[in-house]
Amino acid sequence: MAFGPHLLLAALEGLVTSAVLALMALGLSLVFGVMRVVNVAHGEFFMLGAVLAWWTASLVTGHPAIGFLLALVISPLIVGAVALVAERLVLRRLNYNPEATIVATIGMLYIIQQLALTFYGPQARPVDAPFTYRILFPWFGYSGYKLSIIAASIVLLTATWFVLTRTKIGLVMRATQYDSETAQAFGIPVDRVYAGVFALGAMLAAVAAVLIVPITQAHYLMGMDPLLLSFIVVIIGGLGSLRGTVIAAVLIGLSDGIISAFFSPTLAKIIATLLVAMVLVFRPQGLFGTASR
Amino acid sequence: MTGNNSSAKVFLLHIAVIAILFALNFILPEYHHGVLARVMVLSVFAMGYNMLFGYAGLLSLGHAMFFAAGLYGAGLTAYHFGWAMPAAFAAGLVSGAVLSLAIGLLALRTTGVAFMIVTMMFAQVCYLLTFYFSEWTRGDDGLVLGQDTRRLFIGDFYLDLTHPATRYMAALALFSIVLLITLFIVRSAHGRVLVAIRENEERTKMLGYDTFANKLVAVVVSGVICASAGAAYALLFGYVGSSFASVQYSILPLLWVLLGGAATTLGPFVGTLFMYYVVDITSSYTSAYLLIVGVALILLVLYFPKGILGTIRERWIRWLP
Repeated sequence: MAFGPHLLLAALEGLVTSAVLALMALGLSLVFGVMRVVNVAHGEFFMLGAVLAWWTASLVTGHPAIGFLLALVISPLIVGAVALVAERLVLRRLNYNPEATIVATIGMLYIIQQLALTFYGPQARPVDAPFTYRILFPWFGYSGYKLSIIAASIVLLTATWFVLTRTKIGLVMRATQYDSETAQAFGIPVDRVYAGVFALGAMLAAVAAVLIVPITQAHYLMGMDPLLLSFIVVIIGGLGSLRGTVIAAVLIGLSDGIISAFFSPTLAKIIATLLVAMVLVFRPQGLFGTASR
Repeated sequence: MTGNNSSAKVFLLHIAVIAILFALNFILPEYHHGVLARVMVLSVFAMGYNMLFGYAGLLSLGHAMFFAAGLYGAGLTAYHFGWAMPAAFAAGLVSGAVLSLAIGLLALRTTGVAFMIVTMMFAQVCYLLTFYFSEWTRGDDGLVLGQDTRRLFIGDFYLDLTHPATRYMAALALFSIVLLITLFIVRSAHGRVLVAIRENEERTKMLGYDTFANKLVAVVVSGVICASAGAAYALLFGYVGSSFASVQYSILPLLWVLLGGAATTLGPFVGTLFMYYVVDITSSYTSAYLLIVGVALILLVLYFPKGILGTIRERWIRWLP
């Protein structure tokens, strides 16, 4: 294959990564932005979403689309419920203290990972894509499903943007993010907002996982890499900036896809991680963020 | 605190702990003898972590890189260049010092949550580097150091560190030295400044202390102690592999320190010992080792944030350092 088509293929793969990453990073960014909680277990919510997608899809027979759509509904709901319980039982009792919640979410990470290993097992298992249509480019055929992931991600991101900026729920969330004490004084039920945001963040990760699982399969260790990548996205994009998160996700996804296609994937990861650490060291508010309070 | 009287008590307590560990060498059954040697080396790692987390209040999520710096610094020089043990051990310490100085200069520009994420990312870079240079490190498979590289020659006479009793004594020697050094540091002026920074950095700065320099010293001391544990691990147990640089090995010392009691000199040892046996005993009933680590972390932060020795100090023995 010539250089041009090869680059196009790498870019397409990169965009698929970006689409999933943007959803996942958005969840992380919302939780961090509103609650000031660094959710280290976010990657495990992603993994749980994928594992539950396999479980849901395995319950039904017939056309793969039925199983997939069912997974798309049920998996995020269960993950959201798990997150809600975790928030009530642990995070709230810690009063959302940043350091204590980090330790606690590390604990959640291990618990979820072990439970997945015990009940699901160490195998990687696939979920059938809802359709297998291939789009033919002049040089190669490309999976239509992968392109539909990008479309689904754009729809979901737009919906989130709409909710955040144009609805009362979004207003309440932004008020809580800006100043939770004043919000409380104005009658906003801050701890219900926190619980909702934490569950929403987890559900976004689960949706991302269901979308990716027909391509990569579900595995109990699949949470760590996306977690680090979404940290990277959130930091580069700047906290609480939806626009920044999306731009950063596209940037990271594309460069990951292209660098790994032409160089060693390990080297790509090393360079990306190092660059981001440097961004955080020298520009802690991120490339697109405004200075934090 | 009653000055000299409590100093003497503190010193005697630490000497007593060392003496008990020395005596245990002769009476422990073989299996526990081996476990305790390992626990002593790993608790040196925890003590290094405690210097930064417990006393200076800096929560790092990347200390595996310092352990790994010592591990690879000693392991690679011994394996590839055939360096003798003292030289290889020194190479481990130097690697730890250089790395922690560089990381400290960069990471200390950030605070709080950003500090945790930055340290975690630098550690991830180090972890990936062990794979990138897998020609030298053999990545996950790791290197096994032969018996001949693990002999300490003193003239014609040599100590064979693959021999259990010698290994135990070597681990105890390192453990004792580091324990006494940390005791000395935390009771020194520098240690007091670190605690002041932990409690209120702004006020410490206003009192005229250079908080950045003090924190940098703490990072380097912590890094070198962790590297000494890594180097000792490579030379005593003969295995060098990528898994020791993984995120999990950054989290384990945090767990051990939290359990034993942050900002207590003996807490890291108590925590490591306790956790090692909890995992060891439960793993004969279930393989759900991570579940126990996870549950322990959550229960600790929820109900027992001061850890075992921290609680004992608060309730009963006020003079515990």
